[in-house]
Amino acid sequence: MAKIKLSEKKIQELKDVCKTFNNDKGELINVLHKAQSLSGYLPAEVQEVIAKELNVSVAHVYGVVTFYSFFTMQPKGIHPVSICLGTACYVRGAEKVLEEFKRQLKIQVGETTPDGKFSLSCLRCVGACGLAPVVMVGEKVFGRVAPDGVADIIAEYNT
Amino acid sequence: MAKQIRIALRNCGVIDPERIEDYIARDGYMALATVLTELTPEAVIEILKKSGLRGRGGGGFPAGLKWEITRKVQADQKYVVCNADEGDPGAFMDRSILEGDPHSVLEAMTINGYCTGASKGLIYIRAEYPLAVERLKTAMAQSREMGLLGENILGTGFNFDIDIRYGAGAFVCGEETALIHSMEGLRGEPTVKPPFPSVEGYLKKPTNVNNVETFANVPVILNKGWEWFASIGTERSKGTKVFALAGKINNVGLVEVPMGTTLREVIFEIGGGIQHGREFKAAQTGGPSGGCLTKKHLDTPIDYDNLIAAGSMMGSGGLIVMDEDDCMVAIAKFYLEFTVEESCGKCSPCRIGNKRLHEILGKITQGNGTMEDIDKLRNLGTVIKDTSLCGLGQSSPNPVLSTLDNFYDEYMEHVKDKKCRSKVCKSLMQYLIIADKCIGCTLCARNCPVNAISGERKQAHFIDQEKCIKCGACMEKCKFNAIIIN
Repeated sequence: MAKIKLSEKKIQELKDVCKTFNNDKGELINVLHKAQSLSGYLPAEVQEVIAKELNVSVAHVYGVVTFYSFFTMQPKGIHPVSICLGTACYVRGAEKVLEEFKRQLKIQVGETTPDGKFSLSCLRCVGACGLAPVVMVGEKVFGRVAPDGVADIIAEYNT
Repeated sequence: MAKQIRIALRNCGVIDPERIEDYIARDGYMALATVLTELTPEAVIEILKKSGLRGRGGGGFPAGLKWEITRKVQADQKYVVCNADEGDPGAFMDRSILEGDPHSVLEAMTINGYCTGASKGLIYIRAEYPLAVERLKTAMAQSREMGLLGENILGTGFNFDIDIRYGAGAFVCGEETALIHSMEGLRGEPTVKPPFPSVEGYLKKPTNVNNVETFANVPVILNKGWEWFASIGTERSKGTKVFALAGKINNVGLVEVPMGTTLREVIFEIGGGIQHGREFKAAQTGGPSGGCLTKKHLDTPIDYDNLIAAGSMMGSGGLIVMDEDDCMVAIAKFYLEFTVEESCGKCSPCRIGNKRLHEILGKITQGNGTMEDIDKLRNLGTVIKDTSLCGLGQSSPNPVLSTLDNFYDEYMEHVKDKKCRSKVCKSLMQYLIIADKCIGCTLCARNCPVNAISGERKQAHFIDQEKCIKCGACMEKCKFNAIIIN
């Protein structure tokens, strides 16, 4: 991954986040949640700052970041598209919907479109099984999505 | 809906979850008041033991016994943990309880703290449930204000407070030792039991871990008495269970039925039967750890022990209904994919074994399976069950083993005849154009994403099987039903 340089302001923000959790290494996951909500993702440089503040090794932080699917080291698109692949959605055809998103956005799962607008990921159940298959774009939930409804969803954000 | 009894879901949809007064008006915090002023911890534990309440998270361990074990361990600090890491795809009862009746969980955790000698409670909740987190925070602030949480609760001198910890998307963290490691800021990897968390848990202190639904049952049992609770259900499984009905069923949603209700009653009477009047094929219970039940299990009373005997398990209560369009081999593969992704990688049977199972299933769904593969699935599955470290690995082969038992002929068709009767396994099917029906409108050819369809205008078209990616776009577009799946 290309090295990026964090601004002084960003570093201070991260330090402040650590401080609100008393620089307690037991709070690492909570710190990472906060840090990710600040920058959208957790690049290596962010992990280095956190490791130093909580007095743990960078390897430890990296181990935790890569263990949990909620944390990502890739920047997400402005409109992150998540397709639920829980069982209820699966039996109602979520896979076809996913294929259609891949085809139309021309990216694979975990990737972001070159213009940075959309990123594609899979979810394991958002607990809205009554609306299966479910697609989330950002915080908005689309229920009972069919493959031929995919174009409309993309168009809604592609302005 | 007559067959339903609402205990855990008693307040969901009835009260305003953001108003503590609503909860109190429905006997909320009455159990806590009685416990703190009139009962000893031992007496409360005795009531729970007699009620027969078992853990609703899936394992089915007697709740009263767990509380007693935690109580008996000597320590300067103990913890109460509520497991709200509802990771089973297709299950959403914990979410509903937390969003619809958060106080019932807070009340039960406080009672648990009094019984076990803990002064601190932690709720481990999925980050994917932001509304539940909000409701919990509101509820906690309200109870603190009314002296029902925090220092000197109800003026009795008892102190107990609750904090929230977030999960970060790891299925294995529903396993209690993994959950505890996750709360400590570590990778959520399980450890060998014993020691059980009740003896050595969070920060090495005795920790009582119960699931959301288990906690939600506690205040009612204390209010209405153990005799009442024990009168519901079967001999060894008391009370009710919440199921999340999903899949190809007419009425989707949560149902709460007495233990011992049959699958037929749940699916056909409460669930309204299969969508579009199609044929029931299987019901999957217990999520990725469970198995598939079939027509022959429709009249089996559902309880912890019967489900295990049928090769499945209660799990958290997800119940996904499948019809004749679902291929059971593909379903088994789907679950294995989940397990492979979610295995923490600590022990090799689970990390490597499930990967191999998944590969073999992939081979079968692509039409390259052999009889030897079927034997391998069975042997490997059994070894993984016997040798894995935690509940995830010990139950992960269940979807494969139960479909092998119940749908052996479907596996045979995939292996021997290279056929998928549900038309799900793409490698085993061909899209064909019936020349007699095709009028040559060219609509299919224009819609084919890979230009696999050729033919002159007003003449029958033809699909090049080499090029075809089996997306089905042509069949959807054809207005003359001229395209079929072979």
